[in-house]
Amino acid sequence: MIKILNALIAVVGGVAGAILLYWLLNKLAELLPGRWEDRVKPYLFLLPALAAIGLYLVYPTIQTFVYSFANNHSTAFVGFDNYAKLLTSKNFQNTLFNTFLWILIVPAAVIAFGLLIATLADRLRPSGEKTAKTLIFLPLAIGAVSAGAIWKFVYATRPPGQNQIGLLNGIWTAFGGDPVNWLQISTLRFNSLLLMVMLLWMQAGFAMVLLSAAIKGVPTETLEAARLDGAGEGSIFFRIVIPQIRTTIITVFITVLIGVLKTFDIVYVMTNGNFNTNVIAVDFFNQLFTNRNNGYAAAIVVMLLIIMIPVLVFQVRQFRAEEAAR
Amino acid sequence: MSGTQAVTATPVQVPKQPPATGSRRNRKLRNDPTARSPLWVRIVLALICAAWVIPTFGLAITSFRQEDDAQTTGWWTIFTTPANFTRLTLKNYSDVFTQANMGDAFINSLAITIPATVIPILIAAFAGYAFSFMRFPGRDFLLILIVGLLVVPTQVALVPLLKFYGSIGLNGTLPAVWLTHIGFGMPLAVYIISNYMATLPKEVIESAKIDGASHFQTFWRLILPMSTPVLASFAIFQFLWVWNDLLNALIFAGQNTPLTVALVRLLGQEGQGWQLLTAGGLFTMIVPIVVFLSLQRYFVRGLTAGSVKG
Repeated sequence: MIKILNALIAVVGGVAGAILLYWLLNKLAELLPGRWEDRVKPYLFLLPALAAIGLYLVYPTIQTFVYSFANNHSTAFVGFDNYAKLLTSKNFQNTLFNTFLWILIVPAAVIAFGLLIATLADRLRPSGEKTAKTLIFLPLAIGAVSAGAIWKFVYATRPPGQNQIGLLNGIWTAFGGDPVNWLQISTLRFNSLLLMVMLLWMQAGFAMVLLSAAIKGVPTETLEAARLDGAGEGSIFFRIVIPQIRTTIITVFITVLIGVLKTFDIVYVMTNGNFNTNVIAVDFFNQLFTNRNNGYAAAIVVMLLIIMIPVLVFQVRQFRAEEAAR
Repeated sequence: MSGTQAVTATPVQVPKQPPATGSRRNRKLRNDPTARSPLWVRIVLALICAAWVIPTFGLAITSFRQEDDAQTTGWWTIFTTPANFTRLTLKNYSDVFTQANMGDAFINSLAITIPATVIPILIAAFAGYAFSFMRFPGRDFLLILIVGLLVVPTQVALVPLLKFYGSIGLNGTLPAVWLTHIGFGMPLAVYIISNYMATLPKEVIESAKIDGASHFQTFWRLILPMSTPVLASFAIFQFLWVWNDLLNALIFAGQNTPLTVALVRLLGQEGQGWQLLTAGGLFTMIVPIVVFLSLQRYFVRGLTAGSVKG
């Protein structure tokens, strides 16, 4: 209870403090002679936000970059040693391979499901559409750790002869199969695929909401015209709807991609990277806390950052194009 | 931060929305003139919805079953042998409080989430105002920096922050977690808030200026009230993100174990505590689900923010 009180004090204090801070900054600017007031004020309004961003993202990124060339306690520089050792290690190559699989599969699958659901739900009556969408959207609120609890009960295994308590094995044995320890099958990265299903389950609703809004925005006239020309539903969808919602598809793709690259909780909770399911963000955590190796951990996130660069460039370009159009 | 965070809202360009009543009209125009949709559409959707709901449903059922039942039979057997309904119990929920300390964890989660959600809003709103209504050198550079940082994985900051907090004795305290979330959430907050403010009518600002209002007054009296929808939707993003966050809590929260960390500990001892896991899992998701369902409209509006821009 004392903690709640502390939290409330922090809220009131934080907000009041922020208001006071801005009031002071504003007063400070007003003390300046006319023209200078207008020149300085924008920066004063921006100052707290930029300070937070600088302190929590910009400066640490630079420091991490430096640490990635230092030893495990960041006390001496070792050149490219961390990178060389990681990239030649069989385990890390596996981790990278898994990460690429996630990148290849999940965003595409999320978009495919999102499109499917959005298109189908668009044909329901409004009440039905709303119910279906809410049900599919809900896992987004649930969070990865609770999702872990939920899916442990889907993938659970009991030895042969006992009743199965996991849903997947329940279905599997009902059709005469032997119980399978799903999360330990790394052939063809099957277990990684099962973990990807969880992310798909959580994010399909997000894709659906954005894509559905875009599909509803496609002008009916173009659809009518195509129909009059005798186009089938399939070709209307692929030739008319898809091209018109292209920007939204790209947006969803990028957003899911960013989420995938940071995927930590699902893998950490379900397998902790064992059985050949490791991904880059989990490896980072384990290098940092299990192996206590700052240098490796930093080198891993720097590589993650490098993988992100194309996305970053694309994002900034997209933004500039939009600014120019505004 | 988490893989679940689907809200790194990138620029969304949705074509203009149809009017509110448009959905039914469109549907009629698009497809069959009859009011009912084809049977196969309803069947496929029903199957997808079932696949989406059943895993959670299974957890919910199991959380009310006795330990022996949950360990020896599948949760679905409750429907084949209805006598089992009488064996349902609330014991798991009381155990979760007495044995797994979920009550304390719940309070910690609230204590972490509320300040980390409320405090950044005003800070980001001021920055959004500056970006949208003020002209100054460096504006474009700073905006692009923020857009770029949306992509940067927050993991890059963890090692330096750990060292920094360690040197000032902040590790394992609530303020450490608050500040981390405020810093990490700031680019998204500034981005979506200034995106929204850019769509507000410029004439309002101009006329306020003519009336002699300062920027400070314009912000408080006009822009902040007009921006409530986007502030609400950011608050929901941030709330869900912080509530469901595991990584930062594991690293910075120390003894202030929130629900996610408590649940991970239960997940670690599977075999003995499965029925606790189910009750704990359900308990953890109640608050985000209630927040989400009651504020869904704002949430969706935030996701499609930018779609309405002129």
